[in-house]
Amino acid sequence: MATVGEARTEILRRIRSAIGEEPHVPVVPRGYRTEAGYDVDVLRELLTERLQDYKAQVVACGDTREEISAAVSGVLVEHGLTSVVAPPRVVVEWLEEPASGQQVQVVADDPEVSTGDLDGVAAVVTGAALAIAETGVIVLDGDVWCGRRAISLVPDVHVCVVRTDQVVGLPPEAVARLDPRRPQTWVAGPSATSDIELDRVEGVHGPRTLVVVLAG
Amino acid sequence: MSTYLGMPSRRVQEPSSPIQGVRDFPAAARQALGDSVLRRNLGHATSVIRGKRAAVVGEVPDWEALRDSAEAIKTETMARLPELLEQLEANVTAAGGTVHWARDADEANRIVTELVRATGETEVVKVKSMATQEIGLNEHLEDEGITAYETDLAELIVQLAEDQPSHILVPAIHLSRTEIREVFATRMPGVDPLLTSEPRALAMAARTYLRELFLRAKVGVSGANFAVAETGTLTVVESEGNGRMCLTLPETLITVMGIEKVLPRWRDLEVFLQLLPRSSTGERMNPYTTFWTGTTGHTEGTTGPDGPKEFHLVLLDNGRTDVLADEVGRAALHCIRCSACLNVCPVYERTGGHSYGSVYPGPIGAILSPQLTGLTGDSVNDSLPYASSLCGACYDVCPVKIDIPSILVDLRARHVEAQQSRTGLRVPSPEAVAMAAAAYVMRDEKRFAAATRSMRWGRPFMKDGHLRGPLSSVMTGWSSSRDVPTLPDQTFREWWAERESGGHGG
Repeated sequence: MATVGEARTEILRRIRSAIGEEPHVPVVPRGYRTEAGYDVDVLRELLTERLQDYKAQVVACGDTREEISAAVSGVLVEHGLTSVVAPPRVVVEWLEEPASGQQVQVVADDPEVSTGDLDGVAAVVTGAALAIAETGVIVLDGDVWCGRRAISLVPDVHVCVVRTDQVVGLPPEAVARLDPRRPQTWVAGPSATSDIELDRVEGVHGPRTLVVVLAG
Repeated sequence: MSTYLGMPSRRVQEPSSPIQGVRDFPAAARQALGDSVLRRNLGHATSVIRGKRAAVVGEVPDWEALRDSAEAIKTETMARLPELLEQLEANVTAAGGTVHWARDADEANRIVTELVRATGETEVVKVKSMATQEIGLNEHLEDEGITAYETDLAELIVQLAEDQPSHILVPAIHLSRTEIREVFATRMPGVDPLLTSEPRALAMAARTYLRELFLRAKVGVSGANFAVAETGTLTVVESEGNGRMCLTLPETLITVMGIEKVLPRWRDLEVFLQLLPRSSTGERMNPYTTFWTGTTGHTEGTTGPDGPKEFHLVLLDNGRTDVLADEVGRAALHCIRCSACLNVCPVYERTGGHSYGSVYPGPIGAILSPQLTGLTGDSVNDSLPYASSLCGACYDVCPVKIDIPSILVDLRARHVEAQQSRTGLRVPSPEAVAMAAAAYVMRDEKRFAAATRSMRWGRPFMKDGHLRGPLSSVMTGWSSSRDVPTLPDQTFREWWAERESGGHGG
């Protein structure tokens, strides 16, 4: 493509000629809310309500390792899930104890599970980077708790553990805490579409079931 | 400068493109208005989404402050566009991506084709993208022997039906569930013939059909909602998870993005990610939003390689720099493609998206399409600025405060000027004569008073809101679609003078 540099030069020249020599650059007003100031009880309640409104299931539990493990096991049993993939750290922390009364095959994503094999796994268990209460959002950022994006995408059930100290009130609080260099996925409920007569249908290509285990 | 607020009635045949139809708006609209199924589908869909939007916007106490910020960020972006694009390019490149520049649709299509060819693949999976629709990428790839699969449900419906999208957000909004069932039953490979028209059943049929495609695809093609100059981060906002599939699973990702989509700072996303979902689908937040920076194989603090090994960003001009050159019209480039203006527009609700002849329909299309193709004075897109009653609902709902009505009026004026310069003013059009006469009269107070007094002599020529007598044949183009108001006995000035002198109080 010999014209690449040429196109770049030409487009930049056109832009400069269109906006003129010294275009006015406005100062951006930031009069919107940047902190909600909610206490932890409000954050927990609001996140729960907003997640449920968009058809996510929310399970509350204590914040110890044992309590989280038990809550996760309970979800796997309740949904009859017999195989689960998770980042190695999550396997060690929350999936070591086999779910009571049920044989669950636990696969750590190390070495990486192939996409085809992920399609054969019933569920994924991850942590989260943070959650946003007002908009009912959980954020995954590829860290040791969240894992690769593919593992939280291909399996049909996503169980996501969020600690209450990870919950913020508003999107600006989330943006300030997140590292843009990491691959991120913001999730608000299970996948959905409104493409047919604007009738919302939950569950299309992404996980059709989202369970948030809210710890603490 | 004279401004004509009527509707031109010429019909011009020109080669069509994804942003320019074959007929002008009045001709296309006339046909659409005769389609009662279309009007029912659209009326239902737009009223549902208007209600949803109003409810979630009402929840946000600082909505107006967010709009003010968004408007300023977009104005700043346009003023700093060269440096922001250079900064974006540097950061994407530093993060392992490759940036390409395309002056027009042909150049962008050639770049994407060559990139796909280099992978040795003959199929690509696509995330819904207005930029790739605008350049006709799918058709171009098909000519080159590459199959592009649309994976957004509505885009899939439109593609299988060999139809055209009619809405920015919900491209199949003109089709009912029964019509969609027919499309799937007859055209989707391997579909269950007993498929019902329940939206859930239709969505599940699409899931089954596309699943295997997602898992095998080696090349993904997307657009981008936002790109952050200071970090090189790109964002796609979606609902179904098809976007995540296309952005995450393939080995190569090619993103085509208009140059105006760049934002200065990472922080700016906190504004747009609040405004966009509520304005667009009427949700507090859309189900999935993906952010990626170059190739994400070596990001500090993460578990390891994540996503495509190769990433290409194609920056597209295709007429945008022409739009940017117009001080009033350039605000059309602030658009974040939410489609709120379509959903509130009385003209869109009745005529549908196809009448606009462009992948950008509705009020935003009426200001964007003719600017992208150029107001020449004899183009079918010249009719689009007239496809509005100037009611202002589009401006009220626009999350980035684009003053669409003012731009429409400005474009009407530019159209008249283009037409005049094209015809060399030898034969001024009747409306140009009428407007020039009106301008002469209204420039002078005495002339205006005399003229309004003389209007009463016109009363015998009007009846029941229609013109009668000799004028009716001359004015038919104007008056056939408008009621003529009944003229009062007295002018306002006469009434005022009488009131001031103590005659009566009205």
